[in-house]
Amino acid sequence: MSAAVPSRAGPDEGRASLAPYLLSLPAFLLFVGIVFIPIVMTVLLSFHDWGQYKGIEPVFILKNWREVWSDGYFHEMFARTFRIAVAVTLLSAALGAPEAYILNRMRSPWRGIFLLVILGPLLISVVARTLGWALLFGGNSGVVNKALMSLGVISGPIPFMFTETGVIVALTHVLMPYMVLSVWAALQRLDPQVENAAASLGASQLTILRRIVLPQVTPGVLSGAIIVFALAASAFATPAIIGGRRLKVASTLAYDEFLNTLNWPLGAAVATLLLIALIVIIVGSNRLVERRYGEKLR
Amino acid sequence: MSRNGWLALTYHALFVTFMVAPIAVVIVVAFTPEGYLSFPTERLSLRWFYAIAEYPEFITAFWRSVWLGAVSSAIAVGFSVPAALAIARYQFAGREALTALLMSPLMIPHVVLGIAFLRFFTQIGIGGTFVGLVLAHIVIVLPFALRLTLASAIGFDRSIEQAAVSLGATETTLVRRITLPLILPGLASGWALAFINSFDEVTMTVFVAAPGTETLPVRMFLYIQDNIDPLVTSVSACVVAFTVVALVALDWIYGLERLLVGRGKEER
Repeated sequence: MSAAVPSRAGPDEGRASLAPYLLSLPAFLLFVGIVFIPIVMTVLLSFHDWGQYKGIEPVFILKNWREVWSDGYFHEMFARTFRIAVAVTLLSAALGAPEAYILNRMRSPWRGIFLLVILGPLLISVVARTLGWALLFGGNSGVVNKALMSLGVISGPIPFMFTETGVIVALTHVLMPYMVLSVWAALQRLDPQVENAAASLGASQLTILRRIVLPQVTPGVLSGAIIVFALAASAFATPAIIGGRRLKVASTLAYDEFLNTLNWPLGAAVATLLLIALIVIIVGSNRLVERRYGEKLR
Repeated sequence: MSRNGWLALTYHALFVTFMVAPIAVVIVVAFTPEGYLSFPTERLSLRWFYAIAEYPEFITAFWRSVWLGAVSSAIAVGFSVPAALAIARYQFAGREALTALLMSPLMIPHVVLGIAFLRFFTQIGIGGTFVGLVLAHIVIVLPFALRLTLASAIGFDRSIEQAAVSLGATETTLVRRITLPLILPGLASGWALAFINSFDEVTMTVFVAAPGTETLPVRMFLYIQDNIDPLVTSVSACVVAFTVVALVALDWIYGLERLLVGRGKEER
């Protein structure tokens, strides 16, 4: 989400070359002091030793990294985190992109109202929204199962609570606004006259969608997918509440190590690995998208 | 513009149901008269809203969240104004890097930030304090404050300032009488968006807060971890109501689309 800001360098550009540095110095120092340094400290922490009785020992060893690297428990947990993030990303793209398109074709009062209804949840407490899903899932006789069975979608109840399926559904809901927002932003750049021109030349609705709309919103879908993936892979409250204590993902495991087991160095190793994996995936896919579409994503 | 067909509208209805259902169910369950979670409820009662009064921990956590949001957002706006002016007005080496750095809390997983803050604050002796919470929240809401201050600093007619200077305004007068008033709407909405994000933040705060400094979302989260009962749904219903009021007000004043997408009601 690095902002490519259009520059409006004024006439004072040459006059005061020191000014921008002085102006941005406070924010810069703040971030170096309480973002950069703490993160470096966390990375270092992952190389420290820890024992039940001796606590944290500031030595440089690879014990925690070896444990994360070789223990099947961590493999399974990271694989689960990745699986959930991919499923949530695909679901939100498949469901959110069509909705953004429909929303964009609505008329004036409805458009604004439904945009508010769909994007609004973004700003509503994630704990409250997840609680809603916990209530809807509520055991085998939950509302969602009743509704799905009465619609004939499923024959018997599916367990949602404490399962990956439940976490995926709830997380898709939590992160959906980001996808709709991203596709919506791409649709705003689309000239409706092009669609009209295609229609007047005899293109069917399907052809217009496939040949005109889809290629132009794809960058929006991809940038939305990157945001959703990053947030799904590092989500905490939703997997903690829906997944329960046993279905661990990277962030809930790190939480456990920090606040229950108190093995901070191991927790730091898990967090560092999550951070590195996400940076590699985000930067990599951003590069790919940029090369393919020749534009920088928001 | 062509209209949506019935198929599209059916899809839309299902989609909106999906988005609204979990929020609606929290509100409905909050009005249950029963002592357990019941849905759908037959009668409505305010029993569980009165019950909140008997649990002062939720009320103190609420006020702590309000103060935390107000203070950290105000400080974040204070930091972002000069930075936004620098980014918007000057072309300098490291400008892109600076923007990326200040926007980085959006990209760094909040769980990682929470761990980093926990370690750092414990080390410098402010672990679990309100000061620590404020510092942590300044960092995570600064991107939101910066984005809106930046938007107003970029969409700013510089000729007004030049006119003021040509009429003999001093540097101080210029900033006080021209620049600040013109970017004030951006600052106010930046503060509001920062406040909402601070008020809702749970992932990072759960690491930084101690039993005496829990914010409302953290208190709710820890409560849900133990058990889910109608009390926590009525608290959630209040939070939802609080956010919706703020949201509608913000939409009315500034435009939600401009707030989130970056283009406004006027341009549409």
